[in-house]
Amino acid sequence: MVLDVTREQDVLVLTLNRPEALNAFTVELHEQLAAALKAAAKPDVRAVVVTGAGRGFCVGQDLDEVQEQPTGAGERLRRFYNPNVLALRALEKPVFAAINGPTAGAGIGLALACDVRVAARRASFVPAFVAIGLVPDSAASFFTVELLGYAHAFEWMTSNRKLDAEEALALGLVAEVVDDEALLERTLERAARLASAPGEAVGMTKRLMAHATHARLEQQLELERQLQDAATRHPAYAEQVAAFLAKRSR
Amino acid sequence: MAAAPFVLVERELPIATVTLNRPRELNALSEPLVVALMTALSELDGDREVRAIVLGGDEHVFAAGADVKQMAATDPIDFAFSGYVERWDELRAIATPLIAAVSGFCLGGGCELAMACDLVIASETAQFGQPETGVGIIPGAGGTQRLVRAIGKAKAMDVILTGRRLDAWEAERAGLVARVVAREAWLREAQAVARTVAAQAPIAQRLAKQAVDRAADVGLAAGLQLERQALYLAFASADAREGLTAFVERREPTWSWT
Repeated sequence: MVLDVTREQDVLVLTLNRPEALNAFTVELHEQLAAALKAAAKPDVRAVVVTGAGRGFCVGQDLDEVQEQPTGAGERLRRFYNPNVLALRALEKPVFAAINGPTAGAGIGLALACDVRVAARRASFVPAFVAIGLVPDSAASFFTVELLGYAHAFEWMTSNRKLDAEEALALGLVAEVVDDEALLERTLERAARLASAPGEAVGMTKRLMAHATHARLEQQLELERQLQDAATRHPAYAEQVAAFLAKRSR
Repeated sequence: MAAAPFVLVERELPIATVTLNRPRELNALSEPLVVALMTALSELDGDREVRAIVLGGDEHVFAAGADVKQMAATDPIDFAFSGYVERWDELRAIATPLIAAVSGFCLGGGCELAMACDLVIASETAQFGQPETGVGIIPGAGGTQRLVRAIGKAKAMDVILTGRRLDAWEAERAGLVARVVAREAWLREAQAVARTVAAQAPIAQRLAKQAVDRAADVGLAAGLQLERQALYLAFASADAREGLTAFVERREPTWSWT
């Protein structure tokens, strides 16, 4: 398998497993990722961690594969990259990237499609696209603008500057930098905490925030109202309120 | 044991909710289902206490289209003279405001059924499409006519000739859907809209619905003429007196249906 799928209680861990190629994407990896994302959508999975085996996180498209079909990029994106980015974003649960090493090209798209990024000290980020005459894909042009704002996003994508983990933290690209050997444990700890959060509030928050990127204020308030209404009907809310009141009266 | 009814009717006056009930067949619109639906709707339409009707499927599917299995086994001459498609015209005679609550798949005949309602409230999960040409037929219950009126030729041709589905947001931007709501709230929100509709003056609602419906059929001058006559008719009702007076007196009106 070029994608290892393991379970840590409620958390599904997806490990890109082509360490000899720094986990570059191939059709096989896309197909296994698509299947894993389908499994991740099941309700008993409460959080997802994406990481890479070996030295790298993911360095984007495997160039050896491209050699066989140099002009097939559009078709590859349509059939493999784009559906997986959408499937990952559609997961109504938190997705964490445990970024263990070099991240480039579509690997950046993968990392940014996640909801929370934790980086090892040895992680690095290089856009790579423009440097070889290509445009950012796998939503890298979307998420960088969203995360960094236009000015930083354009400067970074076109200058092709390599960011180390600390620089990525300073820019807001990652949430936390940890020692290399502590990366997976720390990310799993974060994932487990959100996995055990009451009800569906985390997933609903993700939906609200995705909606906010294209909504007007009035529409956003309306969706907040509807989801809050649904959240208050979830038994977890009644339990939490009862527990809070019991604690206060003690 | 009696078979499960094809449609379920729930009255919570002043509204009623009609639910398509063939979930295992993705609410395929078989002839018996269409007959049951039209019967239920015209019965509710005759009940003055029902001021608005919500028509829905379930969370996963509004209706996924005609009953393809049934159609595949039907002789063309029998099909043409069965009156199946003509039964759908009975929807046009329903005077009570009709609100489609769409969650999940709304394809082919399902999309046509939603478009035949007065307005569509869609869950975020709704998907609209007319995939008929992919199986060698064409939309036959108003799809080619109502879709072009709802969203214009460019998008209607895209949907009908390619089979591409519109998600809820695109359908809303295109004008097929009045509001998109959270998937948890698709039925509740449609019922809330129905209650708002039901709170307005019933005679005026019916005249307004007729006037809007005719807009697609007649030229502007005739439409304006028709609108004016409907206004004079509404104005002559006791409910118009009541509504206008209540507004001036800053109180809630009480409708008498006269």
